[in-house]
Amino acid sequence: MTATTTESSVITSALSVRDLDIFTEQDRQVLFGVEFDLQPGRILALVGESGSGKTTAGLACMGHFRKGLARGTGTITLGRSGTQNVLQMPQQELRALRGRHIAYVPQDPALSLNPAQRIGAQILEVLQIHGYGDSTAERRERVGQVLAEVGLKNDEAYQHRYPHQLSGGQQQRVGIAMAFACRPSVIVLDEPTTGLDVSTQALVLETIKELSERHQVAGLYITHDLAVVAELADEVAVMLRGRIVEHGSAREVLYSPQHDYTKALLDAVPDLEGCHQVGEVQAITSEQVQVQAHQIRQKLELPADAQPLLQVKNLALSYGAAKILNGINLSLDPGESMMLLGESGSGKTTLSRCVAGLNDDYTGTVALNGVELAPGTRKRTASQRQHIQYIFQSPFSSLNPRRTISESVEVPLVMAGVRSKSHRRDRVLEALDQVRLGKSYMDRRPGDLSGGERQRAAIARALVNAPSLLVCDEITSALDVSVQASILDLLRTIQAERQMSLLFVTHNIALARHISQRIAVLQQGKIVDYGHTDAVLENPQHEYTQQLLAHIPSF
Amino acid sequence: MSAAAEVLERPAKLEKKPNLLMRTLRQKQAKIGLALTLLVLAIALFGPLALPWLTGSTSTEFTGRPFTSTGLFGTDNLGRDVFSRFLDGGLKLLVYSALATGIGMLLGVVLGMVAAYSGRRLDGLLMRGNDVLLALPQLVFAMLAITVLGPQGWVLVLVIGVTHAPRVARVTRSAAAAVITEDYIRASEMYAVPRWKILLTEVLPNITGPLMVELGLRMTYSIGFVAALSFLGMGMQPPNADWGLMINENRIALVVQPWGVILPVLAIAVLTVGTNLLTDSLARASANINVGN
Repeated sequence: MTATTTESSVITSALSVRDLDIFTEQDRQVLFGVEFDLQPGRILALVGESGSGKTTAGLACMGHFRKGLARGTGTITLGRSGTQNVLQMPQQELRALRGRHIAYVPQDPALSLNPAQRIGAQILEVLQIHGYGDSTAERRERVGQVLAEVGLKNDEAYQHRYPHQLSGGQQQRVGIAMAFACRPSVIVLDEPTTGLDVSTQALVLETIKELSERHQVAGLYITHDLAVVAELADEVAVMLRGRIVEHGSAREVLYSPQHDYTKALLDAVPDLEGCHQVGEVQAITSEQVQVQAHQIRQKLELPADAQPLLQVKNLALSYGAAKILNGINLSLDPGESMMLLGESGSGKTTLSRCVAGLNDDYTGTVALNGVELAPGTRKRTASQRQHIQYIFQSPFSSLNPRRTISESVEVPLVMAGVRSKSHRRDRVLEALDQVRLGKSYMDRRPGDLSGGERQRAAIARALVNAPSLLVCDEITSALDVSVQASILDLLRTIQAERQMSLLFVTHNIALARHISQRIAVLQQGKIVDYGHTDAVLENPQHEYTQQLLAHIPSF
Repeated sequence: MSAAAEVLERPAKLEKKPNLLMRTLRQKQAKIGLALTLLVLAIALFGPLALPWLTGSTSTEFTGRPFTSTGLFGTDNLGRDVFSRFLDGGLKLLVYSALATGIGMLLGVVLGMVAAYSGRRLDGLLMRGNDVLLALPQLVFAMLAITVLGPQGWVLVLVIGVTHAPRVARVTRSAAAAVITEDYIRASEMYAVPRWKILLTEVLPNITGPLMVELGLRMTYSIGFVAALSFLGMGMQPPNADWGLMINENRIALVVQPWGVILPVLAIAVLTVGTNLLTDSLARASANINVGN
């Protein structure tokens, strides 16, 4: 009886997961009855936020369980290798299975490729282990073939490169080539485009889609990015706390979601048009700019032609021969929010760090309220340091793991000379309240906090001194969409309440209409497009901006 | 859904987080390590106090003819009671090696952190100077200094400590270099926190793991060096009782009077194993809040 059912599923699906439960070693259940089928030539997107169990489910398909997890129960059967349950296979058979019949593309190509081995040799290794082909010559031929398939050059010289000689997108395509090398029937992709910028992402997605269609490979695409799902997937399964809460064709799930969680998730995705409201607070858009700037001028009793809050003139910086920044000019009014948009390597982080005083070897001037600032923070006055606050990209690295949240947040106060301990504690509490972390967070350490909570704590550290300019360097790029939405909410509220200026650095153009009144597009150290958000988005002047707009995945 | 929501809404248990010491001692190997270390420490500390009345003789007194079996472990080549000498011989060794380790760690950690943090030229200067010191064998250097300055306690401590420093500095520098690229260091820079304070409050707490391992290792080496120098006749001088010296004096009669060698060797070995277990688990506890659960 069971034999016939499995046989019928062999015909239809390349991999079928039934009733998958996974427990930790402490007997806490992390996956609850997960079920899905993968069809040849089609891609199933497994969508969920961090901690929802999507990677755990993906790895279970290959019989792998991360440290701390006990083995799962349920059945996972592969179409090709017969009827045996992957979860009950002995190690030896699993090893033969992985890479040959079911392949895995990890998230970060920079970490998953061996930095000391040439890429050709790395791909060849997979083929050798699985005894693909009859001779080394045949395998070498396959290496060349698969490199061409993923759209890379396949000559001898290219195969002799080391991973560090490739860009992030090329590295990821080598990873994909490795996965496709043995012609597997199933491929598990774990957020392979998360670290890449939009144009590269578009290329990688295209490669994946084309390969899986041409070779009839069933794909499991694990991601938190719903826009990518719309581009790529045929089917979508939405995961929440270890359960699949919604499952259906991509069209159904994305355009008429049934489950509340899916709806909430979709609402949190920023769209370029700015049609739906991300979060609860009204977005900062270019419609507000005139009114607000005007109002603030009145409030601060500044003359209408007052100096801008921040003025950057002819800012340039180079490391040796490489020019990172090449004559940047921009200005920011009090209470205004500006987006600094650019891909990795465009110099946007360098620019924001020059403004914050973290880079001190630039030429040109950065002026705050008309007063020129010294290059490094140590040379600036305490009040100048207070006025400009910088928030780092990764909340996992910007808080000292050995200090409590209140110890970290009070550092700016200590340095500003607030001596009284109780006074400092009050200010810290106030700042934590502002970012909606209560008193209970004061004595906790970053290790006990989620990514979103850590980023809030980092924002609290920046707010504790009541700055007039907040420089946010990609602060949402490491976070889930719903967390991103709440952080955006927070920034908008604070900006409106405190009349603070915002320099929002990002690579995500879709955020433009949600946070910025004006936008500056940065390419190779130069500002190529500059103006009000609507003007730039509707009528991009530079070719590069047009290209960026064309590449955004959307639905 | 409701069950899941309940789970989420239930406030997280606010347990008092166990401190470093408690986390360390929660590990089994820490308990063993502590017991071994305390055992040897107790012998070394209370041994001298217990002397005349416990064994009936002091450590330098001649109690009988050489190599007789009077007393618990017999007499040595000069007819002194082996057990008395064993009880009296540990304290100085331990104090000297602890002091030497302390000096070495202090110098090395400061040097390594400054080198890692300053980078560029100062880093190069410090570390290349360090390499020159590393090229000299530690024991040879110590022997040289003792030959010149004479076999005194402070020379012994200082010379072993100073020769530890370059080795500790290497480890510290590489551990600190990994921490220094983190954003929280950059954040402190941004708030213009004084540099010494950054090193003390941001860098040091994050490299305690490797430093604890180093501490255990250096303590072991110190004990070994003090004992070795005494063995070579350049540390403790006869007729003082000392474990290193005892090994030297009694090795010629290993077959006739094995206890004279076995007792001090055993004590040093047990102490070494004990301190290493202890610092190992200390390192683990400082690296991971949830260790030993």
